[in-house]
Amino acid sequence: MSKSHPVVTATLYGLLTTGAVIALLPFVWVLFGAFKSQAEIMSAPGAWLPHSFANVSNFVTLFTERMFGRYMVNSLIVSGATVVTNVLFATMAGYALAKLEFPGHKLVFGCVLAAMMVPYIALFVPQFFIIVQMGLVNSLTAVVLPIAVMPIGVFIMRQFADSVPDELLEAARLDGAGEFVIFFKIFLPLVGPAIATVAIITFLNSWNYFLWPLIVAQNQDTYTLPVGLAVASQGAKSTDYGLLLAGAIVVLLPVLILFLFLQKYFVQGIAGTGIK
Amino acid sequence: MSRIASWMQQPSRWRATTAWLFIAPFLTIFIVFTAVPALLALIYSFTDIGVADIRRPLDVDFVSFRTFARVLTNAGFLKSIWTTALFVVIGVPLTMAIGLVLAIGLNNGITKLRATYRAAFYLPVITNIVAAAVIWQYAFTLSGPVNSFLTSVGAAGPNWLGDPKMAMPTVIMLAVWRNVGTCMVLFLAGLQSIPVDVYEAAKIDGASAWRRFTAMTLPLLKPATLLVTVLMTVSFMNIFDEPYLLTKGGPLSSTKSVALWVYEQFGQGNIAPAMAGSYVMLAIVVILGVLQLRLLRAR
Repeated sequence: MSKSHPVVTATLYGLLTTGAVIALLPFVWVLFGAFKSQAEIMSAPGAWLPHSFANVSNFVTLFTERMFGRYMVNSLIVSGATVVTNVLFATMAGYALAKLEFPGHKLVFGCVLAAMMVPYIALFVPQFFIIVQMGLVNSLTAVVLPIAVMPIGVFIMRQFADSVPDELLEAARLDGAGEFVIFFKIFLPLVGPAIATVAIITFLNSWNYFLWPLIVAQNQDTYTLPVGLAVASQGAKSTDYGLLLAGAIVVLLPVLILFLFLQKYFVQGIAGTGIK
Repeated sequence: MSRIASWMQQPSRWRATTAWLFIAPFLTIFIVFTAVPALLALIYSFTDIGVADIRRPLDVDFVSFRTFARVLTNAGFLKSIWTTALFVVIGVPLTMAIGLVLAIGLNNGITKLRATYRAAFYLPVITNIVAAAVIWQYAFTLSGPVNSFLTSVGAAGPNWLGDPKMAMPTVIMLAVWRNVGTCMVLFLAGLQSIPVDVYEAAKIDGASAWRRFTAMTLPLLKPATLLVTVLMTVSFMNIFDEPYLLTKGGPLSSTKSVALWVYEQFGQGNIAPAMAGSYVMLAIVVILGVLQLRLLRAR
């Protein structure tokens, strides 16, 4: 890039910094607010900084008087299970779509694309009926099942599998390797980065999953963290913002920590496919 | 045993069977939780199914287009279409413009701190929407941090979430905040695929910065723009989380999107109208999607 005029450069830095401040401001609010007691917020609602960052009573309340410990465990179970099933099933489907000739593969790929496009609002009511028929209402299984293999994961794996050279697989076939051996011993070790991307996207989606768990989890034992936080924020008569903001931090922290370490894969997942 | 052995010796057949085995988990989930629900939703749109029929969904009466007629003449539904249109018409261009400006700034203007800025813009994308909405509610209360800041600089802050005129902009702000990062990343990927020497040549020929932007960057960025437009339009048309969490669609239904209307009908046990409404929505999404693809491809 050639050198720009210093005024232009300064303006750009100013613009980007303003943008970054606006993007980050809510994180400042939540960090400051979570350490405030109800009384503190009531007496000085406009204040930004808390009296003391040592006041962790909001966090203690969440895990002792509210059921955030339980919600956290539920969220971890749901996210853990979906990451495992998505990585396994998406890799299998992506491999089959890219590397195994079979009649109907275009139709199956059409299903993948269709599943990414259908507005969820048209699906959740019949999905609920189906879960009722299966007798699974109010179970974590019901939360996981519809996202056990997300189309986005299949799409990413198929795109990635396309770039694995056919010759490698053919050579193994000529050596007499079976189809399963080829998949596990030859293909899987080659697609590590794609698996990481699928795992991250799945974790993000399932950790932040909101509407479906809200519908299907009907008592506190099966709430995930977002559902628990949403119900807490809408249930109380007088809103205890300190407590809710502490809850927000509990929901945000795991993803933020992952993001710090694995930023590359987060961005790759979006840039490579264009779909969250 | 020998039959299986001889059948396995036909490599293409065995490969096709393996393929179906590998596809089976995805296909099963797709059929049970996407294809069948989509079909059921369409069928229910032509019935009078209510909450009492959930356990016996096969015993409902068909009413042909009566449910659709009821939904399409329902003032609440029509208003929710109008509100959703506002979300799309204001939210999509705003999000895309900010995302594009940030992407160009990151790509062309600066050399330092690029990764830091990018991470900052991207952070809202991965933020949990429930947590974000809680923060928003706190920050935009009548005497919260935002208004106290406005007071300190001598401006009077409005009742952001309680005033029917202000609720919509506040909800849109949250949606824009969350979506800008996605646009930025996609535009940035598009910009990085444009070769640098094209610009150098134009510069030598004396093309101004604005001319380079309109005559070169924008046309070369068309694939990225197409993708971002479709993505953002679909995202804003289906907007649910932001208004549900911030305002429950209020005050005075001023932020009630179609998705929220459908959810409310479901909550009240009006299953058939909910399904018919969601299919009207689906039809609009499909028509708009096809139109956008055509328009942006043709140009």
